[in-house]
Amino acid sequence: MPNKNTMAAILSTDFDRVLSGWLKAQTKEGVKRADLVSAEESKEQSRDLLSAIADALPDAAVDSELDLTETVWDPIRDVLETITENRTQRGVSTTEMGWFIGSLKQPLFEILHTELADKPTEFMREMWNSTRLIDQISLHAIESLVEKREATIERQRAEMTEVSAPVVKIWDRIVTVPLIGTLDSFRAQTVMENILDAIVQWEAEVAIIDITGVSTVDTLVAQHLLKTAAAVRLMGAECVICGISPKIAQTVVNLGVELPNITTRVDLESGLAYAFDRVGVTVARG
Amino acid sequence: MMTINGCVVVAIRDDLDDQEIVALQDQLVDEVARQSAHGVVIDISGLEIVDTFAGRMLAAMAQMAQVMNARTIVVGMRPAVAMTLVELGMTLEGVETALNADRAINAITGDRQKIS
Amino acid sequence: MTLRKSVTLKTHGDIAYARQVAGELMVEIEASAIKRTKFVTAVSEIARNAINYGQGGVITFHLAEASGRKRALAVCTDRGPGIEDVDAALRDGFSTGKSLGLGLGGAKRLVDQFEIVSTPGSGTRVSLECGPR
Repeated sequence: MPNKNTMAAILSTDFDRVLSGWLKAQTKEGVKRADLVSAEESKEQSRDLLSAIADALPDAAVDSELDLTETVWDPIRDVLETITENRTQRGVSTTEMGWFIGSLKQPLFEILHTELADKPTEFMREMWNSTRLIDQISLHAIESLVEKREATIERQRAEMTEVSAPVVKIWDRIVTVPLIGTLDSFRAQTVMENILDAIVQWEAEVAIIDITGVSTVDTLVAQHLLKTAAAVRLMGAECVICGISPKIAQTVVNLGVELPNITTRVDLESGLAYAFDRVGVTVARG
Repeated sequence: MMTINGCVVVAIRDDLDDQEIVALQDQLVDEVARQSAHGVVIDISGLEIVDTFAGRMLAAMAQMAQVMNARTIVVGMRPAVAMTLVELGMTLEGVETALNADRAINAITGDRQKIS
Repeated sequence: MTLRKSVTLKTHGDIAYARQVAGELMVEIEASAIKRTKFVTAVSEIARNAINYGQGGVITFHLAEASGRKRALAVCTDRGPGIEDVDAALRDGFSTGKSLGLGLGGAKRLVDQFEIVSTPGSGTRVSLECGPR
């Protein structure tokens, strides 16, 4: 049985004292974020995490062998998962997340200090061990928070790319896609994929790319357009770029951007007229 | 390899190694000569990948058939293959393309009817 | 990082086998069709380089996993004369043979991570890494 000078012993006998000290420290450090997480939720989360630590501690190594990925720490990682999930949704920052857990040191060190006042060597050792554990938990929580945020961003980006490049069949053998905003490499890739898939799906012969809504056409954007046109041609279809406004025409020439072997038209209307001609459709006023 | 309306249609299988592709090239020119074909359709819909070697072979086949007065069209390229070739910088500029064999054969025979 | 397979590169038939193994590895990491095609094509290019210019060699395939994300790795080592000027070799149009010279630079553009280490006299090592998306 470990003696009272270890973190495990303190948590088993003085659990409530540590918990209330921790909650106070959270308030003092300004990381409680009562605006985002209610007092009741904060207390519950803190209690769950502290219980998980108290439960795991007697069986685990808190010395230099400490490894938070070991199975003995599973319950702690599970609790952290729930807490970070909740706090990510509320918009808690990484610093706040780190300090939320870091502030547990204060009440713990205070008790350690009282208990081991006359044993400086042991006091140092216990300080170091508990620092190591709390820091590891804190880092794990921050990492988990960042991971969750990245997942959210990735999901939103995928959703946005999907809705921002809808390829539609506009006529038999003709597909079109309006491009809006900026065309970075990632989006250009998605646009290209969507167009090529649409060509296969609709057996299209002409793909009209309308760049009216594209804010700038620089060398990079031109390169993406060239690549798309080349891929479309390899598939056996033709690419028409339309929506070349006077302003875009000027910047394109001023920047020295070249669009060789690409059919370009001023607007969607003339682009469509070209496409009709290509697939052999005649439009007549009735 | 088969002949439809005076067009030699050749479908390239996916598991061909370099030697087999070279052999196919020989076979194709022989067939074009034997049939005095006026068109060649190379169907690559079965190809999951086309690297620079295979791309070069395709371009060479098209050129050879062209020299023998057979209009050559490569058909059925998969989207992933097209994107990869563009990334490789291999845009096969001199090679005519079509979506599928039907469209290519129609284009070639339609062309002949206009001439005659 | 776990080794999946090792393919000896001697004849041109071995390139087709290396492609097949690369394709299987991309299926294992649940890669998209486009990523799979790109990775397999890149493997084909460097394997052919090793045979044509590096007097043959070996290509090993590995599966790497970091924070739940799986990635495919291919490391191709040859015992050829090595490449004097690696930067020049990566440029499009560079070729010491009769090819178009798009292979090495092209392979680099097809994968997420590309590394080449070449020592004149003792061979070349090319590593390719690719994620599922």
